[in-house]
Amino acid sequence: MGHRIVVLGGGTGGTLVANRLWRSYAHSEQVEITVVDSNDRHVYQPALLFVPFGLASLDEIVRPRSKQLHSGINYEMSAVDHVDLPANRVHLANGREIDYDVLVVATGAVLQPEETPGMTGPGWMQKVFTFYSPEGAGALEGALATFSSGHIVVNPIDMPIKCPVAPLEFCFLADWYFKERGVRDQVQISYVTPLDGAFTMPTSSRMLGNMLAEKNIELVSEFNTGEVDGKEGRLISYDGRELPFDLAVVIPLHAGADYVGRSPGLGDQLNFVPSDEHTLQSKARPNVFVIGDAANVPTSKAGSVTHFEGEVLAANVRAFLAGEELAASFDGHSNCFIEAGFSKALLIDFNYDTEPLPGRFPAKIGVPLLKESRLNHLGKLMFQWFYWHVLLPGRDIPGLGSGMPHAGKLEAPGDGTDEQNESDEKEVHSNAG
Amino acid sequence: MPVKSYAGAQVDVEEDGFFVHPEQWSQDMAPEIARESGVPELTERHWEVVSFMRKEYLASGDSPSVRLLGKASGVPVKELYQLFPKGPAKLAAKIAGIPKPRSCI
Repeated sequence: MGHRIVVLGGGTGGTLVANRLWRSYAHSEQVEITVVDSNDRHVYQPALLFVPFGLASLDEIVRPRSKQLHSGINYEMSAVDHVDLPANRVHLANGREIDYDVLVVATGAVLQPEETPGMTGPGWMQKVFTFYSPEGAGALEGALATFSSGHIVVNPIDMPIKCPVAPLEFCFLADWYFKERGVRDQVQISYVTPLDGAFTMPTSSRMLGNMLAEKNIELVSEFNTGEVDGKEGRLISYDGRELPFDLAVVIPLHAGADYVGRSPGLGDQLNFVPSDEHTLQSKARPNVFVIGDAANVPTSKAGSVTHFEGEVLAANVRAFLAGEELAASFDGHSNCFIEAGFSKALLIDFNYDTEPLPGRFPAKIGVPLLKESRLNHLGKLMFQWFYWHVLLPGRDIPGLGSGMPHAGKLEAPGDGTDEQNESDEKEVHSNAG
Repeated sequence: MPVKSYAGAQVDVEEDGFFVHPEQWSQDMAPEIARESGVPELTERHWEVVSFMRKEYLASGDSPSVRLLGKASGVPVKELYQLFPKGPAKLAAKIAGIPKPRSCI
């Protein structure tokens, strides 16, 4: 009998790692792969940012989960009740039990709006919205369309969140959106964050902070929201500060999937799964691996991270099943386009040890890093095609491995080589055209 | 790397005052670090949090976040802000002689 690999979660990580593993075994009798998810709706999450502004529609960004998997992979549609780690067995909510040799946890992060007092009370989905769910993004589109004066606050309640730059991108796009509609001077936009600046890491925090200022978006830092009052329209911080709003766009607290909490020994207090940040093996059991947002590793909860992890995880699962050392090592590589509005975007690229730096990606001739450009906006738009056709099938992007590239990065911001870079961009652009 | 003197001993700290080597910390240093950070007196309730922080750090290798403190320390988040104004996780970590909590991105 072949190895039994069970993958919990048919999102980005579960899908790409199942497909990668399937292809890596030459004969189907060597391996039996089962992917479990509670529904058959695979949402292309990066596009949720665009839905409120009418730049994407929900029906364009949802596809069946089962169709993204190789036909040799089993797809089981059920919620998970719990995992019995000592027995190597998954108990499904539909009553079935599945035994495994290797378990891959890929159930991502869930939103917990009910954890913040008042958030889901009066005004929820009328005055208080989130674009982090398809329903929320759709409802927000309607609310923005009729909003032409007042104060909008955008507030990630606490870290970690999926795609930590998305709330900033929302601000930039809102600035563009209200300018296009000719009402920007009647709309006040505030970015409210528990962090002490626009972002976590120093160089990008400074640059993104400057962008907020240039676009006349107020930055309210070190604001830890303890309560949302949707009726009166105020955010109230734990230390008693109040921030009035006419429309609040909140990013609720995140946690790992509920079943993790029902599976003794698997997760931490927030239901994320502690795992080795390099091998992606869980700390719970050697035959349990973790990919994507479900893992408690110190990098972004983002699709690019999951993609880069996929290569490492598939290699290590194979090595584990063959009784070999886990040789593959993940470096924390993360890469994201930051939409800036007005058909421009920035790109940031970093890992566990290197913060986002300016320069070029992936090498000296490449797209600009930490700088607004049209090329990056096109990259962001093109990415959906890549997602369905390259990333989910678990293929490598030509010329780009899982490790973070160093070539093309400037060691320190603004060291005078910018002129050179500017001409590179033109060159690339004309080549591309 | 800066060096500070607490309770008569020299310790290595980061630029922002967090301990580089948690093993250099001892209980009698805590009141002094607290006073420097704007907490004039460490009550029993403060100590509950500080001890929890240290225990968690030594067990997991990570300094707990405010949210985790609220869930697991037995002190509700609202009270944490009263005890350690502005940033409970940061302040309590500093007083407990452990690294700054990594606000994961």
